[in-house]
Amino acid sequence: MKLTRNLAVAVIGAASFAVAGSAAAETELVVVSWGGAYSASQQNAYHAPYMKANPGIKIINDDSAPEAVAKLRAMNEVGKVTWDLVDAVASDAMRLCDEGLALPIDADKDLAPAPDGTPASKDFGDLLVSECFIPQIVYSTTFGYRTDKVKSKPTSVCDVFDLKKIPGKRSLEKKPINNFEWALLCDGVAPDKIYDVMGSDGGVDRALKKLGTIKDQVIWWTKGAQTPQLLADGEVVMGSTYNGRLFSLIEEEKQPVAMLWDWQVFDLDGWIIPKGTKNLEAVKKFVRYATDTQRLADQAKFISYGPARKSSAPMVSKHAKLGIDMKPHMPTDPNNAKNTLLFNYEFWADNQDDFTERFEAWLAKK
Amino acid sequence: MLVGPLFLFILFTFFIPIGDMLFRSVENSIVTDILPRSTKLLADWDSTTNELPSEAVFAAMVADIKEGRKARTITRVGQRLNYEAPGMSSLFRSSARKTKRMKEGPYKPALIKAHKRWGKVETWKVIKQFIPKYTAGYFLAAVDAKQELNGDIVRLGDEKRIYIDLFWRTLRLSLIITALTLILGFPIAYLMAILPTKSSNLLLIFVLLPFWTSLLVRTTAWIALLQQQGVINELLVFVGLVGTDNRPQMIHNEFGAIVAMTHILLPFMVLPLFSVMKTIPKSYVRAAVSLGAHPWAAFWKVYFPGTIPGIGAGAILVFILAIGYYITPELVGGTTGTFISNRIAHHISSSLNWGLAAALGVILLGIVVALYLLYDKIVGIDNMKLG
Repeated sequence: MKLTRNLAVAVIGAASFAVAGSAAAETELVVVSWGGAYSASQQNAYHAPYMKANPGIKIINDDSAPEAVAKLRAMNEVGKVTWDLVDAVASDAMRLCDEGLALPIDADKDLAPAPDGTPASKDFGDLLVSECFIPQIVYSTTFGYRTDKVKSKPTSVCDVFDLKKIPGKRSLEKKPINNFEWALLCDGVAPDKIYDVMGSDGGVDRALKKLGTIKDQVIWWTKGAQTPQLLADGEVVMGSTYNGRLFSLIEEEKQPVAMLWDWQVFDLDGWIIPKGTKNLEAVKKFVRYATDTQRLADQAKFISYGPARKSSAPMVSKHAKLGIDMKPHMPTDPNNAKNTLLFNYEFWADNQDDFTERFEAWLAKK
Repeated sequence: MLVGPLFLFILFTFFIPIGDMLFRSVENSIVTDILPRSTKLLADWDSTTNELPSEAVFAAMVADIKEGRKARTITRVGQRLNYEAPGMSSLFRSSARKTKRMKEGPYKPALIKAHKRWGKVETWKVIKQFIPKYTAGYFLAAVDAKQELNGDIVRLGDEKRIYIDLFWRTLRLSLIITALTLILGFPIAYLMAILPTKSSNLLLIFVLLPFWTSLLVRTTAWIALLQQQGVINELLVFVGLVGTDNRPQMIHNEFGAIVAMTHILLPFMVLPLFSVMKTIPKSYVRAAVSLGAHPWAAFWKVYFPGTIPGIGAGAILVFILAIGYYITPELVGGTTGTFISNRIAHHISSSLNWGLAAALGVILLGIVVALYLLYDKIVGIDNMKLG
């Protein structure tokens, strides 16, 4: 008898606890991101402080960003969107916006102004590349090399194509974007003429021919984590990947690797609000908080990507755990950004499908 | 009646979604849905004269683009047509912005001024070509061909051919993998069948153990073993078989894909073989030997024919699994060891050309069904035994 009473008390207790629990977390926001160190930096800089300040909000992180475009499209077709905020690179954000899968935002109304009162549209400036895109960071695709395994120190991106100066395997991304740009640049094309040449007859052949000079020394990667792994294992002497991945390889894991910033390609990453979200008001509030000047600067404490606001740049400080100054590790730092390219969204939107087929056909041939 | 619930479940969760996906390989209503007015007029336009369509068509196009811009659908049609003719995507996107200011005609010069491609007959021919609600375009692309604007079907140039080679490679590698699992799996299964239960159970656990390990872990383990700075290469260098500067490339190529997939699919061969061998009485071989047969002949003539149902089951299981394999070739296949499924995945999740992905899927499904029928004809499917 006593046992049943104890049980009943326990059940009632548990039930009331559950009710209390659900009352405390009224709104759940599903935020989609890339996983790994990147998700962690967002959770530390945005999600955790926001949940602390707003007990009614629970933010759930979902690492589906690599398949986000395809999944959002599928969700939309069945009419059930379960996400509230989705991390996307700028080109995907434009595509989602074009297809009507992302909601347009009004930068000055939906995003906070800078501390000195500059409206958000000015503070983000050119980085608002699409009316649906909420920029967070500037990242770059660039090269890292093994300091102990290269014959001589690479100084230019064209050393990637120079097997005499730097013998050994190198890793490149398994897609035409960036590789074609670097190949043409190192084949003697002037930087401002790259897309004219690439789009003209024979442009692709020229890029492939240049890549062909190193083809048998290339390991092609498809996931951002592959190049850091290949460098750490000594499988390649140099390789391209996202600059933040190289930062953690060099500074956090202390591998004998150094950066080659020459002709890094800038790209943007940010958020879109998917059409069909059930928590539009709550998610807009969160976005306003998470993209303010302080928060964007805070993210740079955890990962070496440049904040998308001009007003955040001077506030970038030291790494939260390592205590090193983060400014020299930013892709946008003047010392690193001597030669840069910006991802050409318009050009690749037109040519990506066609060039990818050409590239894949070329890869498949010996 | 009793299978009703399962039948409905499979119908709704398997056949209908798959049918819907496969239907996309021919479906092409997007062009007429988004450009209803202009496509109606374009149907009457004689494209052989090489003259631009009339002002009425231009006016209809401007109206379609304006409406498509409001409904945020206009760039979808650009994307669809971009698969056929690069540049259509930006044509529609940039024109959509500019049509906002076009209040009244004549629309022909205005649209050509907005984007010079509107002044080219080819642009209109491409749109006209994709008016029909059903298209063979995706299937043609899936076999490295395309339909020219004049209606001829031609093979793509050598620099663009990719899928037929990939289909052959997928079949060839799957056959090699099936053969290897059979060669490696048969002795193990035989050993397990003739050993006393206690030791055969131990062996069975060794066969099953990889099953309980994550697929990704097993694949990554092969990378650690086979890469140039990996365990096997280090060992080869250590014993002096190869010099440290010319370590063989064993991963990120065809060889790596074959090794890793053979290992991963081996249990699917061993288990059906084992369960069939278990049922063959040992006394058969003993009887054959005592009647004077050479032990080898006894094995070959008496024991082996009994295992054929198991070989058939194992081979068809491994082959069908291999032909659709995705993650292992993606990680260890490099450029020479990727399968057709990797391209299908690319078109589903990255290029978003679901029509082409569906067409490739239909062809792959067709190949599997054809091989199954062939197998049925030669070996007989009733002969297959899973245990």
